[in-house]
Amino acid sequence: MTTITEAPALAPDGTARKLTYVKAFNEGLAQAMREDENVFVAGEDVAGYGGVFRMFDNLLDEFGPRRMIDTPISEAALVGLGVGAAARGLRPVVDLMFMDFIGVCLDQIVNQAAKMKYMFGGSVSVPLTITTASGAGLGAAAQHSQSLEAWLAHVPGLKVVMPCDAYTAKGLTVSAIRDNNPVVVMLNKVLLGSKSEVPEQIYGIPLGQAHIARQGSDVTVIALGRMVGEALAAAEELAAEGVEVEVIDPRTVQPLDTETMIASARRTNRVLVVHEAVTFGGLGAEIAAQIQDAAFDHLDAPVLRIGAPFSPVPFSPVLEKAYVPDQARIVRGCRRLLERA
Amino acid sequence: MAQRASKKSADPVANQTSAQLVRDLHERMVRIRLFETEAGKLMEAGKLPGFLHLYVGQEAVAAGVMAALRDDDQITSTHRGHGHAVAKGVSFRHMYAELYGRVTGACLGRGGSMHINDVTLGMLGANGIVGAGIPIAVGAAFAARYKDEDSVAVTFFGDGATNIGAFHEAANMAAILRLPVVFVCENNGYAEFTPQSKHMLITDVADRAAAYGMPSVIVDGMDAAAVHSAAAEAVARARAGEGPMFIEAKTYRYYDHQGVKGLRHPYRSDAEVEEWKARDAIDLLEARALADGTATRAELDDTWQRTRDEIAEAIAYAEASPLPDTADLLLNVYSG
Repeated sequence: MTTITEAPALAPDGTARKLTYVKAFNEGLAQAMREDENVFVAGEDVAGYGGVFRMFDNLLDEFGPRRMIDTPISEAALVGLGVGAAARGLRPVVDLMFMDFIGVCLDQIVNQAAKMKYMFGGSVSVPLTITTASGAGLGAAAQHSQSLEAWLAHVPGLKVVMPCDAYTAKGLTVSAIRDNNPVVVMLNKVLLGSKSEVPEQIYGIPLGQAHIARQGSDVTVIALGRMVGEALAAAEELAAEGVEVEVIDPRTVQPLDTETMIASARRTNRVLVVHEAVTFGGLGAEIAAQIQDAAFDHLDAPVLRIGAPFSPVPFSPVLEKAYVPDQARIVRGCRRLLERA
Repeated sequence: MAQRASKKSADPVANQTSAQLVRDLHERMVRIRLFETEAGKLMEAGKLPGFLHLYVGQEAVAAGVMAALRDDDQITSTHRGHGHAVAKGVSFRHMYAELYGRVTGACLGRGGSMHINDVTLGMLGANGIVGAGIPIAVGAAFAARYKDEDSVAVTFFGDGATNIGAFHEAANMAAILRLPVVFVCENNGYAEFTPQSKHMLITDVADRAAAYGMPSVIVDGMDAAAVHSAAAEAVARARAGEGPMFIEAKTYRYYDHQGVKGLRHPYRSDAEVEEWKARDAIDLLEARALADGTATRAELDDTWQRTRDEIAEAIAYAEASPLPDTADLLLNVYSG
């Protein structure tokens, strides 16, 4: 196995190749499959069709039906297949298509994959990668639009990554496959066609390490997944008014790099957490609690959370747009924090 | 500890004489019976924490199937998993130490009765979730084929587990992918305290295999030789790449669903229990062996005595073993 774990720097002149989020994922997966013969992909319509989101395009041509397996719609058996195969030394990538479907196979994820190493006294590892698409914005309504990272991040033994752009989609996917634990890769549906600079070589982005996407001195915005882009846009808007926003992308929500967040909170003294998931019981609560525990004396205001209202994701585009946090809400949140002395 | 088998290892089952097989089945059943009855006594004496789901009565199934397997064949088990673990060869020391919650246990004291495993012997864990081991065995079978090994996977489950979605999904998946996995339903007639007639409308669970295009066979689960014969056929089929097969073994558990005696409500009669005990699997095998001369009483008694001695030693080992260090509470939550 190659040992490249550090993501290579992008060309400073901005001439690096750009790829869409979904193509970056596809490229990372293909490279990880070339790197390790034990990596295979199983899921519904992943092989012949290439995945409903084109995530697995062309992989059947290169890797053949031994390593690209179309399965019945059977999420519990699919994840179980991954657990058993991983326990026997393979590195399965199983695709759950829409994140909402994890309810069907939560036992295999939560009670089997996550706990096997611990319950087996350490004698086995479960290097399983679960890929899935999360998030609202496509008018897919309440059963095809959720962001359920808080469910999974709550379970010891699992890791969860939420790439915010093409560059991180590739690097986090490669790291998830190389990792010896079960890792859920939450790809955001709205971002699938978005482009950013992506190095051609294989690279992994370290799991559990947050990224400071933009440096600033006045407010820290911690944004998950798709919200990173909204936060960066909000930061640009506020910069025009002389407010410098620091944007932190955790990249991995389990394990969560709270150290980077706490250090930022100590510098800016104001923190806003924003995620697409429902605010109640979301990761914003966890992040806010940890920051207040570690940096209370540095805060000029209580940590503020922005997330979705306590409702299923609505269908009608006007309702869906109102549901998902956006640049405007983040700007308003930052202003609220700044208004406090 | 078993050696990892080579890719195409010789089948130890072949070339075994019938006398050797009888002694093998007998020894496996005696080991389960004594392990379990002693564990029951320890539980009654208040020495063991947690739950204890005893396997006594069903020994012929674990013994019959495991005698048809190699060390590199994989099994997944149930919450009633001691019998499978013992028959697969997991050491008494590791098992008792785990029941006691000691750091020397099979799970370092992190798993307890319901999670005993030994991956070096292909024992991929007992499982606290009904039906959950079934898809995992399918995954183990997938891995064997992926790696071009000729090992098979066997999944044990009860009648109640066949009402769980994971069973149906895994059966279909195994059949569609033509994987080397054997489905062994230990039909003891009860899902916890609910009799079969109240949780499914069919008499033979094996009928369910037909829905997935899987051949099935029903065997007397009190007859270790019959179980072995069916298992040997299913395993040979799977090893030859002919796909999964379903075995329903009709059997019975002598003790309660959990613990030793807990008859809070009369979900079954004493007469029913006695009726099954009259066809006890070990008694049956011993009577046959003595009648046809494949074993002498002295040989059979020797097996019981050796096993008793080994168990006494293992319990002493468990009781003398250290408890886990609480500073290591987080050990093995993640792989490095």
